[in-house]
Amino acid sequence: MSGFNAISSEPDVQRDDYTPEIEPQATWCPGCGDFAVLKALKGALAELGKDPEEILLVTGIGCSSKTNSYFDSYGFHSIHGRPLPIARAAKMANPGLEVIAAGGDGDGYGIGGNHFTHSARENHDMTYIVFNNEVFGLTKGQSSPTSPKGHKSKTQKKGVAKDPVRPLSLGLSAGASYIARTAAVNPRQAQEILVEAIEHDGFAHVDFLTQCPTWNKDARQYVPYIDVQDSDDYDFDISDREEAFRMMYETENSLYDGKVLTGRYYKEEDRRTYQEEKRMRGEMPEEPLVERYFDDDYEWERSYDLLDRHA
Amino acid sequence: MTTDELIWRVAGGSGDGVDSTSQNFTKALMRSGLHVFTHRHYPSRIRGGHTYVEIRASDEPVKSRGNGFNFLLALGDSFARNEDETAVYGDEEIKPLSENLDELHDGGIIVYDTGQIDAADIPDFEERADEHDWQVYPIDLRSIAQEHGREIMRNTAGVGVTAALIDMELDPIEELMREAMGEEMLEANLSVLQDAYDHVTAEFDTDTGLSVPEGEHDEEQVLLSGSHGISYAAIDEGCRFISGYPMTPWTDVFTILSQELEEMGGVAEQVEDEIAAAAAAVGASHAGAKAMSGSSGGGFALMSEPLGLAEMTETPLVLVEAMRAGPSTGMPTKTEQADLEHVLYSSQGDHSRVAFAPSDPLECYTQTRKAFEIAWEYQLPAIVIYDQKLQGEYRNVPKSFFDQQPNPDLGATLTEAELEDAPHDHTGRFQRFQTDVDVSPRSLPGQKNGRYLATGNEHWPNGQIAEDPTNRVEQVHRRLGKLDSIREDLNAMDESYQSYWGADDAEIGVIAWGSHQDTAEEAVEELAADGKPVKGLGVSEIMPFPKSEVTEFIESVDEVLIVEMNASAQFRGLVQKELGTYGEKLSSLLKYNGEPFRSSEIVEAVDLELNGGGEPTAQVTLQPAAGD
Ligand SMILES: Cc1ncc(C[n+]2csc(CCOP(=O)(O)OP(=O)(O)O)c2C)c(N)n1
Ligand code: SF4
Repeated sequence: MSGFNAISSEPDVQRDDYTPEIEPQATWCPGCGDFAVLKALKGALAELGKDPEEILLVTGIGCSSKTNSYFDSYGFHSIHGRPLPIARAAKMANPGLEVIAAGGDGDGYGIGGNHFTHSARENHDMTYIVFNNEVFGLTKGQSSPTSPKGHKSKTQKKGVAKDPVRPLSLGLSAGASYIARTAAVNPRQAQEILVEAIEHDGFAHVDFLTQCPTWNKDARQYVPYIDVQDSDDYDFDISDREEAFRMMYETENSLYDGKVLTGRYYKEEDRRTYQEEKRMRGEMPEEPLVERYFDDDYEWERSYDLLDRHA
Repeated sequence: MTTDELIWRVAGGSGDGVDSTSQNFTKALMRSGLHVFTHRHYPSRIRGGHTYVEIRASDEPVKSRGNGFNFLLALGDSFARNEDETAVYGDEEIKPLSENLDELHDGGIIVYDTGQIDAADIPDFEERADEHDWQVYPIDLRSIAQEHGREIMRNTAGVGVTAALIDMELDPIEELMREAMGEEMLEANLSVLQDAYDHVTAEFDTDTGLSVPEGEHDEEQVLLSGSHGISYAAIDEGCRFISGYPMTPWTDVFTILSQELEEMGGVAEQVEDEIAAAAAAVGASHAGAKAMSGSSGGGFALMSEPLGLAEMTETPLVLVEAMRAGPSTGMPTKTEQADLEHVLYSSQGDHSRVAFAPSDPLECYTQTRKAFEIAWEYQLPAIVIYDQKLQGEYRNVPKSFFDQQPNPDLGATLTEAELEDAPHDHTGRFQRFQTDVDVSPRSLPGQKNGRYLATGNEHWPNGQIAEDPTNRVEQVHRRLGKLDSIREDLNAMDESYQSYWGADDAEIGVIAWGSHQDTAEEAVEELAADGKPVKGLGVSEIMPFPKSEVTEFIESVDEVLIVEMNASAQFRGLVQKELGTYGEKLSSLLKYNGEPFRSSEIVEAVDLELNGGGEPTAQVTLQPAAGD
């Protein structure tokens, strides 16, 4: 047997263990919020003691999706909007992997909106980080689903006429079992939230407010944030769906007014993950599919027996 | 009309049980030693709407539905009635009789259910019956069924009547019923069967001149469709992940595997759309499971991005493309071979993909296995192209053929031990995409020392994104070069997937591909038996294109007729693109009305070619060679 590595965490992992030689400055602009996500992600995984070789980071396309060029694990930099179906199938094939999907707000809430909705509803055990800079970065500043109404660009000359989507409420109504928002300007909270999201059993959706100083200089989320968990003004129960909804509503309204609220918004503890649901129904084996191919003792069943029905 | 074969058509409304009845009857014929072939015709409607299944049974191997038919069992469309038993959809109720007269042979038999159909509603029925010497049996199947069971058992009554009229023992039919039904249902069905049999023998002259031929198989046979061939091959190749989104006719394979994989310890996923389906298969395969997805034209269109991603990231993958008449939603339940170019050329950039187009259920099996082996050995997507015709086509095949070893081998995938010695860059990243080899074996996420980046962007050997011109050219060469190696591999194999028919020295060549090979073969055999100088080539390996075999064939004849089910001569275009010449030698026989070719249409077209031109009858087009 080849020795397939299920989760076997090595406690002594340093942030730099995830750092390949190539520098993100290679493609990211100075001051880009993506640096902060990268740093928080490395920090969170180091804190959790995850071995880089048990992590699969699946991204879409966009500036933010280039993260896995600067992150030394197994990586899949895929196509625009599609990291989620790739990531969740990889997790089903090998549940031993720590699967993290990431991409921009255009990637996740625009072209990939359908996959976001369904991955959340299915509650796959994985973490999904959306780098929300309220703009299309890589294609040079067009409006994204989270751009504020009125955002101007070369393809929205007179200012975008649409209201922005509400990613947190969208995640909640779709069925994500963990939802948080954090911001690049708050590295301490960002790392804490990523640790929690990765540890969460189920679909953890993190809307990560990043800045795009190149195309989106006016974005409000550059201003100091308020951590809702740290403030007495925002007391709510994150296990209560209704309260979470109300808080998200407030958060998502105030963001564009320059009041940036971040923190954990929803956490459902006892919900079964999709894999557990499927196992319960006998639709998914206990052991990773992948291991069998390396297991000489595994009995591969043959279609020959199926033929009895056709005789 | 040849009496040494039975071509039985059972017609009714969708939902009337035409499908299950015909399958059981086909099995009974197979068990009594005959070779069988079924053809299924159905509308895009769940309940009601005229549908039929045709079964051809002979003591000789049968390769197509044959030409016309000699026995019609018209059940009537029960969904055309409302509760007051007045017909509500115009003349729908009688369609199982009225719509099925055109291809009935002279002297053929008609059984129709007088409980459902009033033949007087068909204005010219009597005249036509006289003119063609049809032997007509009006029987109240509905009452027989109601008396001993339930109305739905009209089917069973129809089978009982059929058996009496073709002098067939009831034993194999009863045996099948015993295997399939519970006590109560069984009793009722058995008495309906017997009663219908007795009724027709008592009331009518059953000496029809048509009897089931006598046959014997020298080994046990099974009844399989093309979809079963594909599905069982996937299982035997260790495919344990399937993802899909329903679309006719792909749904067939998707359903079979969704039902079976669970038992095999695999995972079946119905996802939100076809982009997700193909992307999920890429993800599962990347993580190390043998994975498959597929769709039909419109759904496959959505898959073109993940397909390209699999090519660029060199992720092994099998996709199925079950063609139906297009473009767009086209005709959901009608067959066509018009997605060839779509399969070969969709998605951007230069392609490194493999495509197989099997001819029958057995080839569906062998070629799907081959598709998996090549995909995993060479780390690229392999596509199995088949169509609505082959999907619903049941045939008998020797059971022992499937007594083959399963193959869970992951092809060019390294173990952790092998990874230690594999090339790494100076930072310790695995050089997955080395440019100095043809296929650079992969690692699987989770393995020690195997870290690399898979990306749809052009990349360095360790997977990092790169636009360096030298590396680009090397990577393109490597990816495309795989096709040459695959071609060599396929050529070196003992069994060829192309088939040849007729005499070597013939002057006219017929080429068919995919699901129409066997029909063409029958036509060529008939022409050759008639002393016509015709031979044929059936092509099942589409990409990498079998250049040498096709060239040799074309050069060995004076002119070639390429037979395919589309209006734009797609395979002929491929031949010319791949060979770059012979335009003046190739003409086309095209059909695109939704109904598969009959061998007689090919015979007629070749006759016309031999006699120096003319237009074929029916909805078939002859397109001349470029030089004509
Ligand atoms: C199918 C497809 N459509 C369009 C593009 C072009 N494209 C690349 S990235 C991008 C948007 C990026 O925005 P976002 O996802 O918000 O990420 P960011 O660059 O801001 O991090 C687009 C439209 C593409 N690569 N693929
Ligand atoms: S364009 Fe914006 S998102 Fe992209 S790297 Fe520059 S700052 Fe970051």
